[in-house]
Amino acid sequence: MEVIGTSQAGAAAAAPGGAPSRPRAFPPALRQLMMQAALIGGLLVVWQLLSGRLISDFFISRPTAIFAVIVETTLDGSLLYHASITAMEALLGFIVGGALGILFGVALGWSKLLADLLNPLVLCFNSLPKVALAPLFILWFGIGLNMKVALSAATVFFLVFLNTYTGVRAVSQELIAILRLMGANRRHVLTKVVLPSALTWVFAGLRVSVPYALIGAVVGELFASNRGLGAMLSQAQGQFDTAGVFAALFAITVLSLLLNAVVKVAETKVMPWQSGDHQQNTTV
Amino acid sequence: MTADPLISFEHVSKTFQTARGTVEAVQDVSFEVAKGEFVTVVGPSGCGKSTLLNMTAGLFSPTAGTVRYAGQKVATLNQRSGYMTQNDHLLPWRDVEGNIRVPLEIAGLSKRDRTARVADLIQTVGLAGFEHAYPSQLSGGMKKRTALARLFAYDPETLLMDEPFAALDAQLRLKMQTELLGLCRRLKKTVLFVTHDLDEAAALGDRILVFSGRPGTIREVIKSPMMPDRDLYQLRRNPAFAQVTSDLWDILATTSGMEG
Repeated sequence: MEVIGTSQAGAAAAAPGGAPSRPRAFPPALRQLMMQAALIGGLLVVWQLLSGRLISDFFISRPTAIFAVIVETTLDGSLLYHASITAMEALLGFIVGGALGILFGVALGWSKLLADLLNPLVLCFNSLPKVALAPLFILWFGIGLNMKVALSAATVFFLVFLNTYTGVRAVSQELIAILRLMGANRRHVLTKVVLPSALTWVFAGLRVSVPYALIGAVVGELFASNRGLGAMLSQAQGQFDTAGVFAALFAITVLSLLLNAVVKVAETKVMPWQSGDHQQNTTV
Repeated sequence: MTADPLISFEHVSKTFQTARGTVEAVQDVSFEVAKGEFVTVVGPSGCGKSTLLNMTAGLFSPTAGTVRYAGQKVATLNQRSGYMTQNDHLLPWRDVEGNIRVPLEIAGLSKRDRTARVADLIQTVGLAGFEHAYPSQLSGGMKKRTALARLFAYDPETLLMDEPFAALDAQLRLKMQTELLGLCRRLKKTVLFVTHDLDEAAALGDRILVFSGRPGTIREVIKSPMMPDRDLYQLRRNPAFAQVTSDLWDILATTSGMEG
């Protein structure tokens, strides 16, 4: 980290990257990107050199072999096919679980009676590891798409629910009082203060649940499936194809990053008042 | 004093339970505010001035005594009063226009009426050009002006103001004070205005309640000798203003509890 000695007044108008105080070969953002690329490249080289020499490539494969599998499965379309199945399951689970989570979070956050009533149930279900529901969901939904969506939705639901609930409860009582003095009824308070205020929390919940939506889908596929990245994973493992396993893991990671980016874009679209924050200087 | 005061405090005391024990915020306070009157409350910080406003707004009840509004005991939120607190309490997810619009939406105005009224208010408080800025992008003064515009948007009978201009620079404060006084006179608003600034208390008040601290009690009530339509820009040359401020200084200098 470098201390940049610019005036505080000028910094507010500057780009997020900060105002450079002296000429540089590259802008800071590009420099950082280059350093990150160099790090990843270096790790890949070390990996390539280690495998087969220090550690058997049965265990860690090698980057070139993994790359070859990725290229091959991309060209024959199988990677995209499996990825699209998993993406579909995770997305549906994310949408169903997220929507239900928001709905229940608002309802329980808004109604103290309901929250007190359902508290023990919520506590029980929340302490249950959601993937342990997979066998039950197989009995209920079979081994098709529905079971993976259900597993994914169950995981996402609680994360979004708890966040939404907390958000609704954390709403500023002063803001509510100010609106009530203006003559606001309960509906006004809900739509004008509580829901917008909880939105930050809702999105925090949605963001953390992206990888969990994929966990639900992939674990569901590991349990019972012949399609999807989870199935690809377990098939490769069954054939002791380490490179195939790594390729599937790579695809899962890319999928997760993509989903994350979608949520991020939605967040800045839905909450424009938040986007300016990081560009401002911290004031107290 | 008129026969029917709009706001009346009768032997009001308020104590709070805190972690460090009982705190007596105000003690045996009695005063009345007539309709259309501009009353300022001045005193050191932490002397329970804000507590008076909270009780007038009905946010909480006194521990002892009675607060009446238009003859009725204040029991629930007093929706005939509008409150502007030290903290401006704008909705962070709405821009300037959206914040000013909130009370109009609650009142159920049509979209066309709302737009016209908001544009009018934005002109009044001098925020033209900042209609679509979010509170996080505004300076302290602009936030205050937005809060003031919102307060006027819902046109409450009584304005409760808690050091609304404390964060503003001297010029802007004078401009806002002039604006406020003019609007209140024109619209015949009743105002209870809390400040720790003696000049401000003297400049705005028809009557000035001087508080002394912990627990807050009324030490003296000064009736302003100035004309209701006084020009705030000329106050420095007004001998009556000089007299009031020096009186205030004398009273508060002999009051204990000037700390903080």
